[in-house]
Amino acid sequence: MVQLLSVSDLDNPIEQYIPRLRRYALALTGERSAADDLVQDTLERALGRFHLWRQGSDLRAWLFTIMHNIYVNQARSRMRHPHEALENEPAAEVIHAREPDWLELRDLDGALARLPDEQRAVLLLVGLEQFSYGEASRILDIPIGTVMSRLSRGRERLRAILAGDPKVTLLKVVK
Amino acid sequence: MSKLPVTEAELHAYVDGMLPEARVAEVEAYLAGHPEEAARVAAYREQIAALHRKFDALLDEPLPRRLEMTRPWWVRPLLRYAAVVTWIALGGVIGWQLHEYNSTSSRMESAAWARRAAIAHVVYSPEVRHPVEVGADQEAHLVAWLSKRLGAPLKVPHLGAQGYALVGGRLLPGERGPVAQFMYQDGRGQRLTLYVRVNPDDSRETAFRFAHERGVGVFYWLDRKLGYALSGEVDKSELLRVATAVHGQLNP
Repeated sequence: MVQLLSVSDLDNPIEQYIPRLRRYALALTGERSAADDLVQDTLERALGRFHLWRQGSDLRAWLFTIMHNIYVNQARSRMRHPHEALENEPAAEVIHAREPDWLELRDLDGALARLPDEQRAVLLLVGLEQFSYGEASRILDIPIGTVMSRLSRGRERLRAILAGDPKVTLLKVVK
Repeated sequence: MSKLPVTEAELHAYVDGMLPEARVAEVEAYLAGHPEEAARVAAYREQIAALHRKFDALLDEPLPRRLEMTRPWWVRPLLRYAAVVTWIALGGVIGWQLHEYNSTSSRMESAAWARRAAIAHVVYSPEVRHPVEVGADQEAHLVAWLSKRLGAPLKVPHLGAQGYALVGGRLLPGERGPVAQFMYQDGRGQRLTLYVRVNPDDSRETAFRFAHERGVGVFYWLDRKLGYALSGEVDKSELLRVATAVHGQLNP
């Protein structure tokens, strides 16, 4: 007995990358619902353009490139409509309820938020997602030298923020 | 003997494990003589570890409904008796045949899992530049990392006697949690992948089962806590020869 499925029922190779896209999006935006919005937009665009994906090329890098472009465009439109972003903030606060024993991690969250967008993106693509510098350069569409300088400045800035935050020291003692 | 000065970019490459092997010792020697730089390197490594501590948990969380692309195919009544399903991978419509079919859910579950192994094989084995996340040159790290993420001690079989060298491995999201994929390659570039998961229950053992679709064969078996699926675009007897060696090494 043979059953054939329609195309919409088939497993898609994109599916396996969704958890990683979520992880990156959460680290990038610092907020769960915004992160999943970003993932959803990315998946929709990727499915719409799947025919443009070059077979044999790195699907994960392709997806992250799409996500990066959407994020940058949205960041630009947030700049143009700052009022909208402000209105969204109280809701974001409510949704962003964190486990109380994740204080150290909350510090990391706050520190990440204090990095410029472009430094945070490089730091996360390399440190969290383990892309090579060349891959990060292609995803972000910037020269590899710029990747290195943003990585260097981003890491140093994150170190300074974490070191300068008295809560970090306190937590280390408590632990 | 004069050494090249260590650049800022090299320090980061060292932190990220991307420094050429030949240069590692020189950078380490430099760090030994420059405690401030060593502290900086340690802080950057701690940043990476902290990022993983904070965000990796998300990888294992179920997806919210709006991000689900498909439901697992075997839960669909339509497919309860399906012998062949089709799927698209890398642009081709490929039929998948379950050679052994049995109505028990565990058998369906493991067959579906073997199919995921085959899909992962088809997706990654053609990769030229990035076939793995961690290369065989860091085998100890690879095994420790994947064991930690799967929550079970893994062993990576050595298949040199069978003509296959370890390329490395990667972590993949499975149906129930993290899954490991090890990749091997023979002298002609023919690749095999070994897909390893933690079984849903730990008491089962099965004989080898075989599934095949045009070109990709999978031998899969459950061995107490872990399940293994060996995939390759080689003939069945060759795959069985290697699968037997893998099984033998894991059960000395």
